[in-house]
Amino acid sequence: MTILQTRPVVARPEGGSLIEQFELGLDAPICLTWELTYACNLECAHCLSSSGKRDPRELDTDQCKAVIDELQRMQVFYVNIGGGEPTIRPDFWELLDYAVSHDVGVKFSTNGVRLDPERARFLASTDYVDVQISLDGATPEVNDYVRGPGSYDTAITALKNLQDAGFKDAKISVVCTRQNIGQLDEFKAIADQYGATLRLTRLRPSGRGADVWDELHPLPEQQRELYDWLVANGEDVLTGDSFFHLSAFGVADGGGALPGLNLCGAGRVVCLIDPIGDVYACPFAIHDNFLAGNLLADGGFENVWQKSELFNDLRSPQTSGACTTCAFFDACRGGCMAAKFFTGLPLDGPDPECVQGYGETALASGGRVLPQQGKDHSKANPTRNQPIMLTLTRRDDLQAPPVSACAEDPLAGLTF
Amino acid sequence: MAQDPVTDIAVSDDAELSASDLIEEVSIDGMCGVY
Amino acid sequence: MMMSTDMLNEPWDLSPAVALRPEPFGAMAYHFGNRKLTFLKRMKLVEVVRALAGQPDIRSALEATGVPEAQWPGYVAALQGLAATDMIRQRVTGQARTVQKGVA
Repeated sequence: MTILQTRPVVARPEGGSLIEQFELGLDAPICLTWELTYACNLECAHCLSSSGKRDPRELDTDQCKAVIDELQRMQVFYVNIGGGEPTIRPDFWELLDYAVSHDVGVKFSTNGVRLDPERARFLASTDYVDVQISLDGATPEVNDYVRGPGSYDTAITALKNLQDAGFKDAKISVVCTRQNIGQLDEFKAIADQYGATLRLTRLRPSGRGADVWDELHPLPEQQRELYDWLVANGEDVLTGDSFFHLSAFGVADGGGALPGLNLCGAGRVVCLIDPIGDVYACPFAIHDNFLAGNLLADGGFENVWQKSELFNDLRSPQTSGACTTCAFFDACRGGCMAAKFFTGLPLDGPDPECVQGYGETALASGGRVLPQQGKDHSKANPTRNQPIMLTLTRRDDLQAPPVSACAEDPLAGLTF
Repeated sequence: MAQDPVTDIAVSDDAELSASDLIEEVSIDGMCGVY
Repeated sequence: MMMSTDMLNEPWDLSPAVALRPEPFGAMAYHFGNRKLTFLKRMKLVEVVRALAGQPDIRSALEATGVPEAQWPGYVAALQGLAATDMIRQRVTGQARTVQKGVA
């Protein structure tokens, strides 16, 4: 393997922990999320990118290849390609092949819609590609409530096709909600059944997630349940380091921090490239406040990563206000910037889900102004894929979830 | 304290160097801010 | 600390599936096959790893890069850590060193 030295590196004092080095930023991201399109066949209630409709300014195939060329030059070894639903871009498979043949490993996040047996066989025969299937309920009822009718079946079918084709170790990525935290064992069972690895991640109040966060975000006791479950069962469960705000649980009882860097990587070791080439600090912070630049308008991705004022700000020591006096600050680092921003909390204060309860206090104290949502790419007219959750929030006349046609209880549907 | 000949930055002559002073394994999934 | 004297006398190379990316404080090693990511936290270790391929054994690499002998146990322990994740591989005697891209 050639050892590339294409970038002059400005030396920095050695020593200090790896975390301290990362917080100062790197010359290239370690990995990044790349949303290829805002188009999607689904309309998930909590979509962090508010996806649905294609943006006409989407990067074209050649522009995407130019991005891959840059990532190769910068030695970004791995990208997570998502969207929207990336596989509905006609050039998705061409770009996948281009990436892996240019030293850029790919994991793509999908709802599974295009993973038929033939595609599954192709993926099983391709090196340097990983597949991550989104699933937010261990049963169709729980999953489809937020992701839409039939979406559970689509995901499981994709998992089965991958397994049958001999694809090893797909990922099942779950956004943890009030409704599914009681299903963690079942999620693990599904992963085991299909030879996949379970990945649990945090619900952020981003994109459409802002509208449903009050109803869906885990309750305090559920956060504890999740932390305990991860400590007991999490050895082969991934988390994308999204629960570092829960590490404070581990301080008091010695359970310890959860595996991962336990720090916010936004703008320091990771970032987002969106479908039109905008570069954001992270995929949970798609908003002008966290927009570092545009790779078409601002001289390419490397230039934005290294020179953007926003990123250089994030790479300087952060003020964490009152949090720094908390005994648990070293563990939680003040939590998630995006979670604070989209719930209208100050960035130098507690995370809305602070395990010490400081976030709840801050949320209740009033005077919060929720930021205007960023670009909304939701479909103008709901389709048959619209999740029940969204129909409920639109129908003021409904007082309860619709009664299934299969209900046997003679009192079903009776309201007082 | 010796000087790193490449960077001229002072580095410790610590003879009790352990592997964890020199290498650290990180999970490719272990950083927050990726799908 | 126990130091493997055997390893000092062995020839080692960076694995063909590994890319080494310079960082301000050292380097990042990424293995395209097993997707392990390891940070080399000192420039000196990076020099040693780079020197391996051109040296007949680890001892020579440590000498050539000027690592004080008192630190050799630590460096060998680090190299053992890299070996455990297949970041470096023992060179098979008589095998020509080839330079390959990490992605076929």
